[in-house]
Amino acid sequence: MSVDIKTTARSQVTFRAIAAHAILITYTLIALFPVFVIVINSFKSRKAIFREPLSVPTPETFSLKGYETVLKQGDFVLYFQNSLVVTVASLTMVLLFGAMAAFALSEYRFRGNLLTGLYLAIGIMIPIRLGTVAILEMMVASGLVNTLTALILVYTAQGLPLAIFILTEFMQGISDDLKNAGRIDGLSEYTIFGVLVLPLIRPALATVAVFTMIPIWNDLWFPLILAPAEETKTITLGAQVFIGQFVTDWNAVLASLSLAIIPVLVLYLIFSRQLIKGITAGAVK
Amino acid sequence: MGSLSLKNIRKSFGNVEVIKGIDLDVKEGELVIFVGPSGCGKSTLLRIIAGLETETSGTIEIDGNTVNGQSPSMRGISMVFQTYALYPHLTVRDNMSLGLKQAKRPKDLIKKRVDFASAMLSLDDYLERRPAELSGGQRQRVAIGRAIVRQPKLFLFDEPLSNLDAALRVNTRLEIASLHRQLSATMVYVTHDQTEAMTLADRIVVLNNGVIEQVGTPMELYNKPKNKFVAGFIGSPQMNFIPASCLEMSDAETVGIRPENITFDGAKADLTGKVSHIEQLGGDTNIYADCGEAGLICIRLFGQHEAEVDSTISLHFDRDKMFKFDKDGNTIN
Repeated sequence: MSVDIKTTARSQVTFRAIAAHAILITYTLIALFPVFVIVINSFKSRKAIFREPLSVPTPETFSLKGYETVLKQGDFVLYFQNSLVVTVASLTMVLLFGAMAAFALSEYRFRGNLLTGLYLAIGIMIPIRLGTVAILEMMVASGLVNTLTALILVYTAQGLPLAIFILTEFMQGISDDLKNAGRIDGLSEYTIFGVLVLPLIRPALATVAVFTMIPIWNDLWFPLILAPAEETKTITLGAQVFIGQFVTDWNAVLASLSLAIIPVLVLYLIFSRQLIKGITAGAVK
Repeated sequence: MGSLSLKNIRKSFGNVEVIKGIDLDVKEGELVIFVGPSGCGKSTLLRIIAGLETETSGTIEIDGNTVNGQSPSMRGISMVFQTYALYPHLTVRDNMSLGLKQAKRPKDLIKKRVDFASAMLSLDDYLERRPAELSGGQRQRVAIGRAIVRQPKLFLFDEPLSNLDAALRVNTRLEIASLHRQLSATMVYVTHDQTEAMTLADRIVVLNNGVIEQVGTPMELYNKPKNKFVAGFIGSPQMNFIPASCLEMSDAETVGIRPENITFDGAKADLTGKVSHIEQLGGDTNIYADCGEAGLICIRLFGQHEAEVDSTISLHFDRDKMFKFDKDGNTIN
């Protein structure tokens, strides 16, 4: 009898594990499918793309024409560089200023603390694109149109609300004793922030980084409006070159999109390693 | 080593006053313990002394110098926290030396002091480890080491033993006692545990609701409590409080008698009660008796004793060791 119960229990556990995995694998497949289609088609000749869009490249249909077009068009390296500069710079500013604001909100008691926090969080609910016209006017007035600075400033503003909101919650969880021990040892508030607090919220920083990075990298709206000049084009905007009103060079579009995935994937891998790393264990009981 | 003097310290959070005027002098080399129930303001008072919390009014003097408004690191104090608060990314050695490095002291002096502290706390084998690789007791020793290395005028301890298990607590308590003897340092120590206070303190400060109820040596507080609160707080098991009317005494409101001053004596029974529970601890036995209107009374007998639950017993109180309290809870002499 008892053996029977055990086997039933065990088979139930196995069943649950299989079911969970089946659901997750299905979801992964659905999520990866478009990416997969883009990547395989970027390696096919134009005819093959239209004849059998879902088949993998065979020796007959294999072609690097798209990549050749993209790389020959010299500006593409520049677009890449622009995207990378904008993303990394905005990300750095969002994380730095977000963490500093979060530290102030969570650490110090001052008049208007709650109100300031609320004001900074409202940005989560109001899309920054509503202010596009005003932003454009401001950029024109300050002469920042067609500069990467314009994009960096806008993306920093766009990323800050969520960053501050998440990081404040995390920082409230850090032991006061640790910060006070630092104060008694004569550490300045900046050192306490940089040396004691930041390393402890690394997982939260990585989460915020991933959430902030992807919309910036993928954005088409602000590059198109604020910095459409040749020398400030980002990769997403640059890929539009191949999409014409009458003729679209699908090979090149797919190749450029495939290439555009790589940097963001690398950044993601770097951050996700931080996410998993649990360096804080045992620091404060 | 220094003295500490508090003059009329008050602290309010918004409209709530949590410290209501504290005056206290701690002499050089003295170990003073703040004890009281949770929420009595003892930790806040310690943090005010450390400079981590600003006082609403009053003066703090360390070694004769007024330190109001000075940053914690300038006050010449060290603090040991309940949660250890070690820097997770630094080794034990770096944890202990950070304060001195920050003050730009010479390297050989730092090394000498760290070695001295680690020898004293037997941490030599762990100097290159990180806090995560240490046990709770070792972590607290590192935290104490970090305090010693600074050679402060004043040591502050904020419930340093509360996170340790019972056996370690006793060991670390002994270590702190011997540390105090060796360094003859001035220490202020906060705890809610009256046993810790009784065993370690030169003088105990009993706090309640933001005011000092009584200051004195452990035996003064035990033998001559000023009021019902102190009488109830010091001593374990707690003093029994009996309405004076139950004992036909008219000169007091309440009568207090410690569990160890009650005996069984059928001939001269002050009260009779029904045994409701027995705790046998080997060395002594606690018997709880339900005495009707007088309430539940605890009797502490030395040695091992047996008693049937629900049996009736007669209690005799040692009249010389009874305390009388008036309506406001003050002791009547």
